Amino acid sequence: MTTAQRPQEAHHAHPDTPASADALTVPATRATGCPFDPAPTVERARREEPVTRATLWDGSSCWLVTRHEDVRTVLGDPRFSADAARPGFPFLTAGLRELATGTRASRTFIRQDDPEHARLRRMLTAEFMVKKVEAMRPEVQRLTDELLDAMTDGRNAADLVAEFALPLPSLVICLLLGVPYEDHTFFQQRSAVLLSLRSSAEEARAASDELLAYMTHLAEAKRERPDDGIFSRLVARGELDSEEIASMGRLLLIAGHETTANMTALSTLALLRNPGQLARLRSEPSLIKGAVEELLRYLTIVHNGVPRVAVEDVTLGCRTIRAGEGVLCALNTANRDEAVFPGGDTLDVGRDARRHIAFGFGVHQCLGQPLARVELQIALETLLRRLPGLRLAVPFEEIPFRHDMGIYGVHALPVAW
Amino acid sequence: MRIHADQEKCCGAGSCVLAAPDVFDQRDEDGIVVVLDAEPPAALHDAVREAAAICPAAAISVTD
Repeated sequence: MTTAQRPQEAHHAHPDTPASADALTVPATRATGCPFDPAPTVERARREEPVTRATLWDGSSCWLVTRHEDVRTVLGDPRFSADAARPGFPFLTAGLRELATGTRASRTFIRQDDPEHARLRRMLTAEFMVKKVEAMRPEVQRLTDELLDAMTDGRNAADLVAEFALPLPSLVICLLLGVPYEDHTFFQQRSAVLLSLRSSAEEARAASDELLAYMTHLAEAKRERPDDGIFSRLVARGELDSEEIASMGRLLLIAGHETTANMTALSTLALLRNPGQLARLRSEPSLIKGAVEELLRYLTIVHNGVPRVAVEDVTLGCRTIRAGEGVLCALNTANRDEAVFPGGDTLDVGRDARRHIAFGFGVHQCLGQPLARVELQIALETLLRRLPGLRLAVPFEEIPFRHDMGIYGVHALPVAW
Repeated sequence: MRIHADQEKCCGAGSCVLAAPDVFDQRDEDGIVVVLDAEPPAALHDAVREAAAICPAAAISVTD
């Protein structure tokens, strides 16, 4: 990486920045006692200055876009690039900067633009299409029931994250990819380091290298003894070199873990904190599909913003974003935008929330969303049906929220039944 | 109503299939959008408009 590409040197004081503007920093801190709500500073920006300047961890600055329509515009417009190698690209952590710019092998298609992005993504679109994922329902249901059987066997309390919310998506993605589940401690620990806001560049690089080495080794094994997993099919295509195979495998493995796991645990907690909504969902199980969309909207676990960099000057609202300037799209405030979701700060399992952008927007929108939906629908419906007495086992104030992670949620969820 | 889906733009996220399963499907080989009924009955128009609105790649257009 050349000095000129370093974000802190690519940014200067912006001429549009009002002298009186409060210093808005991202990631921003949530209000004490409101762990489901976006940070008050970012919420205020949505209401008062929806396209605003913000300061990142390294002192560099970028634009912060907070309204639903503007976020959709940025994420859907090729004048905003997802290519992390471009000068001015905003990084949320030292680790993410290291990952995106370190080596060629650490680059993935989510940080590339079309046509290269489309070429790589289309190798995977068939694997996650709706009818293929829908056909997995019996298997996901079986895994769900087995985990709940084990969790409730002779006991009446457990950590829902460790015993249910994390193992379920982990088992499913391992099965789909063809990754041995017995290695889960290894790759879950590395995945957590990569997604932590606290990891140093060195820690992130080490975790990244270990995961790449693991996937490279696995690719060699699949070449010799192919199975019917996605990873074997990618290897057999012969279109990707070993570095590309390893980085794509690593991306799929990480993406399948933290997201659905945290949505499952955080959704459970949100329902326990909203007993009226919980009772309604229990009495009308047919609401589950819509309830999952509403929980995705309300919780928006990709909570620190989606990064882009402008490739030409673009006017958004009354602001002009210049070529080379970074932009962070706040999905969580966009999903509370009153213009699209009236009463957006309220969880309402009966709401039509399909226009939420919890999976992002534009050509980079989450590829695994049909799988995430099936897993969440089955996990939540089964959990509520099988454990009618489900409750928190500790005071709400003692729940460890993941303020320190790129994906929001809870580190643990002690429950009883 | 007449539907056009741009297969070049489509990113295979599948949201149209979930919004209007009688109108949209995905190609087996690559998950790209397929229109099952380009002139759907009125009862499906709202679902189709929703599918167009949530398509992340703006690949679906509708003319009345």
